[in-house]
Amino acid sequence: MTCILETQGLCKEFGAVTAAKDVNVRIHKGEVVGVIGSNGAGKTTFINMVTGYLKPSRGEILFNGQSIIGRTPRAITRAGMARSFQVAQLFAQLSVLDNLLIAVSAAQSPFPSLLAPMRNASRIEQADAILAEFDISRWRDTPVTAVPQGVRKLIDIAMALIGDPQMLLLDEPTSGVSAEEKTALMDTVMRVVAQHQVTVLFVEHDMDVVRRYVSRILAFYSGEVLADGAPEAVLSNPRVQEFVTGGPNAHKRAAQ
Amino acid sequence: MRLSKTELILLGVAVLLAAGGVIAPQWLVFLLTMALAKAMVVQGVVMQMRAGLVTFGQGLFFCIGGYAVGMSGHFLNITDLVLLLLIGVGAAVLLAMLLGLLMTRYREIFFAMLSLAFSMILYGVLVKSSALGSTDGFNVKAWTLFGWTPASGQAPLALFIIIVACSGLLAVLLHRYSRSSAGMMCEAIRENEVRVEYLGQSPRWVLYMNYVAAAAVSALGGGFMALSAGHIDPEMAYWITSGEFVFIALLGGTAHVAAPFIAAVLFAVVRTYAIEWMPHSWQMILGFTLLAIIVFLPKGLWSLFTAQARRAKA
Repeated sequence: MTCILETQGLCKEFGAVTAAKDVNVRIHKGEVVGVIGSNGAGKTTFINMVTGYLKPSRGEILFNGQSIIGRTPRAITRAGMARSFQVAQLFAQLSVLDNLLIAVSAAQSPFPSLLAPMRNASRIEQADAILAEFDISRWRDTPVTAVPQGVRKLIDIAMALIGDPQMLLLDEPTSGVSAEEKTALMDTVMRVVAQHQVTVLFVEHDMDVVRRYVSRILAFYSGEVLADGAPEAVLSNPRVQEFVTGGPNAHKRAAQ
Repeated sequence: MRLSKTELILLGVAVLLAAGGVIAPQWLVFLLTMALAKAMVVQGVVMQMRAGLVTFGQGLFFCIGGYAVGMSGHFLNITDLVLLLLIGVGAAVLLAMLLGLLMTRYREIFFAMLSLAFSMILYGVLVKSSALGSTDGFNVKAWTLFGWTPASGQAPLALFIIIVACSGLLAVLLHRYSRSSAGMMCEAIRENEVRVEYLGQSPRWVLYMNYVAAAAVSALGGGFMALSAGHIDPEMAYWITSGEFVFIALLGGTAHVAAPFIAAVLFAVVRTYAIEWMPHSWQMILGFTLLAIIVFLPKGLWSLFTAQARRAKA
């Protein structure tokens, strides 16, 4: 399989604190990879470095074989790697449609037009199409502040997907969503990303969600990759159970 | 160019206003000319407010526009109104293209204070420039238009008609800008700059374009002010002048391109009568007016129209 994203010896230090230590990862085209780890394990630091928000202290990041170290988040987005956020990052005073139209407009050109109206037929058609794909068309003209949290998460992901990225990084797509809604939300997300044939890397705390959707897991602990492999192999790894998932019967104990 | 209903209304109001100028008393024509010139500067303030930035230094470009017009007449013997205004706008655009490289790195209070600093630097330079009249400034030469020289009694009315025509066209252009991708991107930046960056757009580039465009619009107002008043002085760049533009922007609100024009006219009327009634404490009346607007109409005068439209829709 072709490698789409590769990190080599990636390190990030904040003063005396090491947030990422020698992270070596290869993600292949078409994979759905779950990133797990307790709070402070380095998951978000990893995502932030890969998407250009943080500059690594050392190491290399290759996207489609090209180094993206030092590139801005917008340059990385334009290169084909988009992301969503743990807290949905939307334009609060605007409607759902306007949020998507801005995403469509940004994806079309880095130099926005000064006089041509943003709302034109082709952009509206594109925005309507993605709303239909995510099954949230009924919220089209609602201000984003008035839509439920789960829908906000979907809008956030839809905006990331609108530029037809090759790779999508989802930072805790189900955080803040009720347990009953999680599966429906992830079913929708995974159905749409499969249609778009996007490589997905997502950070998640809910092991049931991870098991259900990923083909591979990266387990982070203290800034390092503790384990990398098929879900069952990683989740049954004693070190992962001790430092990440909380013991072999943690989920059973939690259920009790 | 197809015009929308709003744009037709804006141009219609401009035509009515220009026609009204023919029968209006000369003091009113002068007051409205000055108000429209200030409204153009306020448009520059509002353009930046829509992007989440408050400038306390728009007097910089107001002054550049005014001084470029005055100096072109004084030192280069240029009297053609169109050429003078173009020189004023061009000078402001060049300066804004330079300052914008620095200004667009800053947000919130830092942007506000830096804009203020630049306008005060210009004020300081002008005050010390004896060749430009120091604190007294200097008189602006009478204008001509494509070879036509208005008689002394005709000039104020002719200038009024020209500024009304320019205001109408500017309103249409700014209305289009506010609905364009760049205009909407400014709103998006105000709401969530990080998201804009992660959509592949450069917030700095959008803010830079907006800053330069706002400078051009404000300089046009400065040029008209110089031609109308026939005099320019460093007060145009003083912080109180810039504060007045922010005052008018808050008075009108940012919701519609017509709001700064309405607010500027209202401001001119309130100030004129306040000075007449209370010559030593007229600022107090302006203060209470702004206080009332902030308390009762936090989104400015234009919210009266939007509330009316909502009621009509319901």
